[in-house]
Amino acid sequence: MSANLEPQTAVRSPKASTLDANEAVASVAYRLSETIAIYPITPSSPMAESCDEWSAKNRKNLWGSIPSLVEMQSEAGVAGAVHGMLNSGALTTTFTASQGLLLMIPNMYKIAGELLPFCFHVTARALATHALSIFGDHSDVMACRQTGFVMIASNSVQEAQDMACISHAATFETRVPFMHFFDGFRTSHEVAKFHPLEDDVLRGMIDEETIRAFRSRGLSPDHPTIRGTAQNPDVYFQAREACNPFYNAVPKAVQGAMDRFAALTGRQYHLFDYSGHPEADRIIVAIGSGAETAEETAHWLNEQGQKVGVVKVRLYRPFNVEAFIASIPASVKSIAVLDRTKEPGSLGEPLYLDVVAALAEARSSGLSQFACEPVVIGGRYGLGSKEFDPSMAKAVFDELLAERPKNHFTIGINDDLTGTSLAYDPQFDLEPSDVVRAVFFGLGADGTVGANKNSIKIIGEETANFAQGYFVYDSKKSGAMTISHLRFGPRPIAAHYLIKRANFVACHQATFIEKFDVLGYAAPKGVFLLNTPFGADVIWEHLPREVQKQIVEKELKFYVIDAASVSRAAGAGGRTNTIMQTCFFAISGVLPRDEAIEQIKKAIKKTYGRKGDDVVAKNFAAVDQALAGLHEVAVPANNLCGHAMAPTVPEGAPDFVKQVTATILEGKGDDLPTSAFLADGTWPVGTTQWEKRNIADKLPVWDSSICIQCNKCAFVCPHAAIRSKHYSTELLANAPEGFQSVPMRAQAGQSFTIQVAPEDCTGCTLCASVCPAKSKTDPSHKALTMTDIPERSKQAAQYAYFLDLPYPDRTLLKPDVKSSQFAQPLFEYSGACTGCGETPYIKLLTQMFGDRLVVANATGCSSIYGGNLPTTPYTTDANGRGPAWSNSLFEDNAEYGLGFRFAIDKQSAIAQEILTGLAPQVGETLAGELLANVNARDEATLAAQRQRVVVLREKLASMDSLAARRLADVADYLVRKSTWILGGDGWAYDIGYGGVDHVLSTGANINILVLDTEVYSNTGGQMSKSTPFGATAKFAMAGKARPKKDLSLMAMSYGNIYVARVAFGAKDAQTVKVFEEAESFDGPSLIIAYSHCIAHGYNLKSGLEQQKLAVESGTWPLFRFDPRRAEQGLAPLQIDNAPPKVRVADYLRNELRFRTKPENLAAFEAAAQEQVNQRVALYQKLAGIGGTEESK
Amino acid sequence: MNLETNYLGLRLKNPLMPGASPLVDDLGMVRRLEDAGAAAIVMHSLFEEQIELERAARERDVDSYTESFAEAITYLPTEDDFNETSDQYLQLIGKIKAAVSVPVIASLNGITSGGWVGHAKLIEQVGADALELNYYDLPSNPQKSGAEVEQRALDLVAAIRKEVSIPIAVKLSPFFSSLPHFVSRLTEAGANGVVLFNRFYQPDINIDDLDVDPVLELSTPSELRLRLRWLAILSAQIETSYAATGGIHRAEDAIRAIMAGAHSVQLVSTLLTKGPERLGVILADMVQWLEEHEYESIAQMRGTMNLKHSPDATAFERANYLRILKSWTPSL
Repeated sequence: MSANLEPQTAVRSPKASTLDANEAVASVAYRLSETIAIYPITPSSPMAESCDEWSAKNRKNLWGSIPSLVEMQSEAGVAGAVHGMLNSGALTTTFTASQGLLLMIPNMYKIAGELLPFCFHVTARALATHALSIFGDHSDVMACRQTGFVMIASNSVQEAQDMACISHAATFETRVPFMHFFDGFRTSHEVAKFHPLEDDVLRGMIDEETIRAFRSRGLSPDHPTIRGTAQNPDVYFQAREACNPFYNAVPKAVQGAMDRFAALTGRQYHLFDYSGHPEADRIIVAIGSGAETAEETAHWLNEQGQKVGVVKVRLYRPFNVEAFIASIPASVKSIAVLDRTKEPGSLGEPLYLDVVAALAEARSSGLSQFACEPVVIGGRYGLGSKEFDPSMAKAVFDELLAERPKNHFTIGINDDLTGTSLAYDPQFDLEPSDVVRAVFFGLGADGTVGANKNSIKIIGEETANFAQGYFVYDSKKSGAMTISHLRFGPRPIAAHYLIKRANFVACHQATFIEKFDVLGYAAPKGVFLLNTPFGADVIWEHLPREVQKQIVEKELKFYVIDAASVSRAAGAGGRTNTIMQTCFFAISGVLPRDEAIEQIKKAIKKTYGRKGDDVVAKNFAAVDQALAGLHEVAVPANNLCGHAMAPTVPEGAPDFVKQVTATILEGKGDDLPTSAFLADGTWPVGTTQWEKRNIADKLPVWDSSICIQCNKCAFVCPHAAIRSKHYSTELLANAPEGFQSVPMRAQAGQSFTIQVAPEDCTGCTLCASVCPAKSKTDPSHKALTMTDIPERSKQAAQYAYFLDLPYPDRTLLKPDVKSSQFAQPLFEYSGACTGCGETPYIKLLTQMFGDRLVVANATGCSSIYGGNLPTTPYTTDANGRGPAWSNSLFEDNAEYGLGFRFAIDKQSAIAQEILTGLAPQVGETLAGELLANVNARDEATLAAQRQRVVVLREKLASMDSLAARRLADVADYLVRKSTWILGGDGWAYDIGYGGVDHVLSTGANINILVLDTEVYSNTGGQMSKSTPFGATAKFAMAGKARPKKDLSLMAMSYGNIYVARVAFGAKDAQTVKVFEEAESFDGPSLIIAYSHCIAHGYNLKSGLEQQKLAVESGTWPLFRFDPRRAEQGLAPLQIDNAPPKVRVADYLRNELRFRTKPENLAAFEAAAQEQVNQRVALYQKLAGIGGTEESK
Repeated sequence: MNLETNYLGLRLKNPLMPGASPLVDDLGMVRRLEDAGAAAIVMHSLFEEQIELERAARERDVDSYTESFAEAITYLPTEDDFNETSDQYLQLIGKIKAAVSVPVIASLNGITSGGWVGHAKLIEQVGADALELNYYDLPSNPQKSGAEVEQRALDLVAAIRKEVSIPIAVKLSPFFSSLPHFVSRLTEAGANGVVLFNRFYQPDINIDDLDVDPVLELSTPSELRLRLRWLAILSAQIETSYAATGGIHRAEDAIRAIMAGAHSVQLVSTLLTKGPERLGVILADMVQWLEEHEYESIAQMRGTMNLKHSPDATAFERANYLRILKSWTPSL
């Protein structure tokens, strides 16, 4: 069966390891540090997490001491702490990226200005400009080149580790601080085989004398000095220049460290490493992983008889002209400088400008070796992890052949607006045939990535082959697709780009072949493995025609397996990853089959071993039975009988969605040209409705006969995928087959329907769980029961009909749970996790105030499911109104929202001023009514006011005056706008707390909604100040030792702020009441909303029960603090929950995060109970304060 | 007064010990039990089902979210940082062993044969002195005969016996067609004793929510009678170790159980309501009774009221049914 893909020869390295760069770098930084300040930010968080884990497990540094870690409230906080640690003489490190790095800049100047030896590590990442991007480029690090930090770059996992070591060593020698950076994701998350550094090498690199000298300079009252003085014009300048000798010494010292490192490891680096033809006529200069791709391409071109090369920049700051010039062959005639950043308005990007200046300086100082000065062009590539592959590198080399090569070019995109882009041939491929390339499509939940990481480990550590893995994740948090790119070969793998032509393609989820061009990745004569319930004899007719065509045309060997059946038969549970992994090894033949199976079993034993022999045995059985279930499909030669793939978005979708969104959904966003986008980052709203994801395994089915019409199901739905409407019974005339409807209770002539959105439901079961209506004859049957998917297309037709039914008149809706769900949700089908505890609040917000809602959203989960492409969930009503939503940053969101409020209020004031002046012209009555109702908030008055604005506009249109035109511009602001500031606890309690506090203090009419999951959810569950006592989170491995910060109590202390805590799963009516009261309060409001989360470690279908237990145990009190009550002589604080009736432990024990180590458990539960008791008592006391005697 | 007894081959200073209960989760409580005079510590059961549920939950609620989203490869610290029931249990055995000098009897409730044997081995490895197999099998399958239910238990005991060398007691429910036959086969399969009887969690029906609520009610002394009968019948015929559990609240109850043939007596409900020191009170009362009645040792009275020795053996058999019914007069 083997398709003979095995690599030919390789050198076995006994000490090799397979890790990603984050872990490799963290291992060095940890061992060479004493104090570490951390804060999570993608893609650097795993480095901090590793250090935290090692410290919690008492792993020691090079000197036998366990490094101390502290998590700060932001990267600005980290920088401050680091500065203090350094000035007090501790060996210190940290990790960051992107916006986090920007927040460190002020302190970077200080640290460099004070010549404090320090090395930190940056996973270089794009900056938020027109949009946020978590992906890799050099925009962040290039924004630091003026700080005085040494900048040193690495291009691969091996180099990242090595350069980390060289940097830590060199900083002590030079006293100048180092920023070591490598490409975010491409390097930080690439898993590769490399040679780990032993302690002895680190020891050999560090000069203890330099550490002693560093410590002796530390601030100490035993030999005091003073730093941080303020200097006057007489001395500041000279004193600033006094550091020059240290900077002048850096290049030599770094090269010295590189040489020492080479002596210890055999791996030699230089400040600038030239690779290529010794008499090259064209070269590329680049930093980072892209340089490796350029190098690989150069070698291939040289083999074809060309003369090209690459200069890899290692030490970027200080930029050493001498070393740079010396690295370039004298034969070079033209140079392309590649920058992975963009500086709009500059003469060129930074590396380009440095190269131009370096050549000019070299010439003027007589260093230049060129007979004829080379032509230099600069270009941008790879922004936000855009691919940079050999076809692009080749295009750059080719461009250098042109008589007048294009300067300031871009490569890798199609810039049809300004024509900067170079053309390239996407078919160009230089990967050698002895490298096995495999691409795997999986679901996040099926464990494909984990199994692939294990395969890399097996191949990397058990065979002589080199191995590499890179993983592409989804932008959705539920039903997420993963694509794994694996390479194995006899030489170190320098290809740091995605696989385009794989000789093995596996699709672990059969539905993907209906949606994506899976076989677009397949190389001719490759292997295609499909996990499908259809057997080898029948699968052919079930394939889409496009798939059949590629199998035939590319002459693919085609295998099928029904992994779910194999797993079921073996009793191994739901995960099919090891079965698919076994098939990969069996087909690819990378390893002898028995050896592969033995290694897979070893991993299974490691994963499940502590959970009992039985589980291990079942998983072993699944692996053993995998091959029996693997069948090759006889591919018919001329039978393209398959069905056509369904269009990505329906016919009725808007043009933009069809042309742009659909292209992105198909995985072809790379093909979109610059002209496809609005230049300012603006996107149309309401696009999730066009992306039908069909990810639910089971759907809720409504039994109208027992439904009590409470609307709780619609209320709790995180994805607005189950909805409720009442409508005139007459409208049922055209209802499609199977459409369910019952008479509306207590409303004659009206019918009522609960309708599931079958293609948008994620199957979380919260609706069925909350449903209170049980059948009297069969209590296991509720008005909503999760059921295997009935005919989805029929249901889809029913849903479409349901959506077309009119929404009830908003002016008749009351602010209660049931009515709220008759209002249209203007936040729908987001990519949030299945069962998300945050989104029901946002959905409710849009139902209550969506047509006048302005949202400032802090970066985090809510900004990702709220605004991550390709499709976004905020949408509009039938009048085209809906939430205006935007995300500025993580740290500034409260201020951003305050800005909205001020601008809105000002424009309203301008409108009122002009209207007052124009009253005689537009009519005193109309003007008077408009002015009297600018702050009206009830639905009927709002509707009337909007109508008045329509009339006003008509009148203004006939008036020819500047004032009339100005009023027309701002007339909409005569209708009240509702400003909400949304974010998670990481923002509100930590990084944005200063802003939250300040904005609350301004008295402005804003509403802050904190979606409190008690951890940094989006970056993977790190501790925030909201994390409760005893909860285990990342950065709080042994359980948080301190209590949760009581943000509500702090806000209440102002006295004039509306403050409330809610938990919709415990008391939905209170949530609605709070939203209503907060919005109506003419001043700042703060709502802290309990949000269950996957980071809590339990089945979220119990999320609502857990919310109840949180409240009933007193852990999460429900209350409202309303300053308006004080004016009425009432106590402002009202407790909305009954006194605790269950033990705190009954709540805690259901969540994995509270299951700390056994020795702590009983003591922790007792302490947690005591804390809750005290808090309950405190709140009860507070609830008695403030009212007049009579009111008590 | 010689209170010594031999249970499962363990020489115990007296017959009283706490039965399986959550008391042992608290080491302070365990020390108080020993101070009160407990002759051994019986731990609550390690439930394989719970381990299996935890594993499935981990896979569903934790693992399935990993490696799915670029910003968060995981959402919780690594597995090692959390309590697994089995780790916790095994650690607890070690801690109790270190805290007390009396024997520690671990308890296991499995669902698969692999699980029973695997965990029994682990329990032995961490130093338990004996193993109580909590054979709690509620037969709800109409396809399964009584013989099959019994055979499964026998196979399990034999399989565990093959793998562990510490003494094994089997804790039974009273619901077997022929307990004497079954118990005698259990001893043949390698059991060193039986514990009579298990008490079931009895579900109750919540008529407001149309739901089923699990309820655990503490025992009452009246429950002892069932134990007395079977101790009397079994101990008279089958040579093995017997423990009585369920309904022992006073010294008199313990004495009755011993007279019916028990080598040891397990206390739970009374300790849960009155604290671990209650064991000391019962022990003292028992000594006083023995002294008052001029017994010299526990051994002297063990089995004296069983089927073999009882002056009215028929009272333990069916014959007493009619008599009792007749003696019950309605108070109307």
